[in-house]
Amino acid sequence: MSILEAECLSKHFAGRRGLIGGHRGVVRAVDGVSFAIESGQTLGVVGESGCGKTTTAKLVLGLEQPTAGGIRFEGKDLSTLDAAGRRHYRRSVQAVFQDPYASLNPRMRVGAIIAEPLVTNERLPASQVRARVLELLNLVGLPGRSADLFPHEFSGGQRQRIAIARALSLSPKLIVLDEPVSALDVSIRAQILNLLSDLQAQLGLAYLFIAHDLAAVAHMSHAVLVMYLGRIVEYGETRMLVRAPKHPYTKALFSAALPSRPDERREDVVLAGEVPSPLNPPPGCHFHPRCQLVMPHCKEQDPLLTETEGRQVACHLYAAPPRAGLAAPQAAVDFGPDRP
Amino acid sequence: MGAPLLEIENLSTHYVSAHGTRVIRAVEGVSLSLGARETLGIVGESGSGKSTLALSLVRLLPPSARIASGRLLFEGEDLLRKSEPEMRRLRGKRIAMILQDPMASLNPLFTVGDQVAEPIRVHERAKRGAAWRRALELLKAVRIASPRTRLGQYPHEMSGGMRQRIVGAIGISCEPRLLIADEPTTSLDLTIQAQYLNLLRDLQQAHGLALIFITHNLGIVAKMCDQLAVMYAGRVVEAGPVRQIFNAPAHPYTQALLNSIPRLSDSRRRLTAIDGQPPDLGMLAPGCAFAPRCTRVMERCRSLEPPQATLSDGRKVRCWLSVASAVDGADKVETGAA
Repeated sequence: MSILEAECLSKHFAGRRGLIGGHRGVVRAVDGVSFAIESGQTLGVVGESGCGKTTTAKLVLGLEQPTAGGIRFEGKDLSTLDAAGRRHYRRSVQAVFQDPYASLNPRMRVGAIIAEPLVTNERLPASQVRARVLELLNLVGLPGRSADLFPHEFSGGQRQRIAIARALSLSPKLIVLDEPVSALDVSIRAQILNLLSDLQAQLGLAYLFIAHDLAAVAHMSHAVLVMYLGRIVEYGETRMLVRAPKHPYTKALFSAALPSRPDERREDVVLAGEVPSPLNPPPGCHFHPRCQLVMPHCKEQDPLLTETEGRQVACHLYAAPPRAGLAAPQAAVDFGPDRP
Repeated sequence: MGAPLLEIENLSTHYVSAHGTRVIRAVEGVSLSLGARETLGIVGESGSGKSTLALSLVRLLPPSARIASGRLLFEGEDLLRKSEPEMRRLRGKRIAMILQDPMASLNPLFTVGDQVAEPIRVHERAKRGAAWRRALELLKAVRIASPRTRLGQYPHEMSGGMRQRIVGAIGISCEPRLLIADEPTTSLDLTIQAQYLNLLRDLQQAHGLALIFITHNLGIVAKMCDQLAVMYAGRVVEAGPVRQIFNAPAHPYTQALLNSIPRLSDSRRRLTAIDGQPPDLGMLAPGCAFAPRCTRVMERCRSLEPPQATLSDGRKVRCWLSVASAVDGADKVETGAA
């Protein structure tokens, strides 16, 4: 069952005005994105800077309001919730951020940091709060005496454990993990990734996992969403997507991932150029200026997400049945049946 | 093969606190060598001493650091015996360095053309016009689109990937023999990182460079390097050809590190985490620095530091397990630092 569904989610920001004060551009940071997070599972989001993954996380956390489209949590549309419903949502969705040196208040004791969500959301006697803090510390593998110490007395990996304990304090159903291990030492990352997997199995948590380390995302996620300039280019079950990516961008992205051994050889697809400015994305398929398989109509028509071989791909290559030796189709082609 | 281009012999670099009360042995007894056109990866976590080692090579250490012992032979000459003016003539000319953050290593007040031309004007006493013509060629070599326009622009007008390529252009401007790249791609996106690594490899082939990659990313080493040195707490714990180390790591730390990394190829495997944390260099216990985290720790690991053992394939390992196998087999053990 899906715990959270996003439908045609969009977030547009007004761009900065030019020097002369003329036309204001619009940055379509997230542009018509639909996905579902299954209860107890992980959805990974990958993409390069400017692809909209952080804005997507903010929309899910309710830190930004969508320009269009919406989010349903446990079947209920967020925009129609009353105050009590919104409170329930905010308790059910928590976050762990990238930098545990910035996300913990250096002037608060660890016990107070972990208890803060409890104190603001629940009326519990101090003894119960204390008991819950100790329980949470135990859950993330820290000794109980940590509660009386300050964040500076901990290493990066331990601080990330504290941040995870805080996220768990209200027994959420979904945790947004925004680059949770990229600020940590290499030998510590596996500890945190394993802890997150264990907690998921133990507590039935769902994760929205955002990272640029493809191998870490593939390791953690049941399904992966690949984004480029605010749009989904490919979305499907992780193993299938990693083994046989379909979209030319996904192929290039996975080929750019570093090998795990020296004798591992991948199909070498090196993209030319850089990600264009989101203020002025290319028309048609946003990826066409860097695509090696670009066709004439890619420059004009937006590709729609289409079900292909068990995953969704937004690419004209998979939209129309290949017709041998023919020029590009003139009009919009049949994109096949919409997904259920 | 002739004499190596660079030979690091028993190098130790220490940081001393203001009153000389605390000594941090950031680099301790490191010996490595690198041939012309070879690529060496130096891998370690933060605090393992890899950046201090890189800075020692060009003698750009902060005032609190001192090189306590060792020799640094570059093209047969000991860099540690050179005067500061001699070093200045060498840096940027024979040995160049690319730093991690292209935002911080470019001057925001000068045009890109001035900055790429600067080493050419300083080292080769070229006139401005001639140096700018060379700079134009260099921007083409690092595949910057419309290089003529870019020469007159400032760093803030360019993307991160472009800035990093400009830093690369400055690095190769005087055709150095050795290029040291300290975490050159950490601030870059994945597809831009792939472009940049391919560019460095092409430049290496075109100019016959030797490359040293300082990184925490074993993937970069797997992609780029011939030789690998793994550092832990200031020591090189394992050094040798990349393939041999990846296929059969000898040191428990190298083994654990390779097992702890998620792989795209078998993504659902449970990771083998390394317990504990990297040690504080100011408070190292006696014995092997990895002992508290090692799964194969023995009694003597906690009291005696392992000497460097040379395995039969030429690999150098600092671990009592390798010492034991070296004694049994044909491998030999070098006793500690001279």
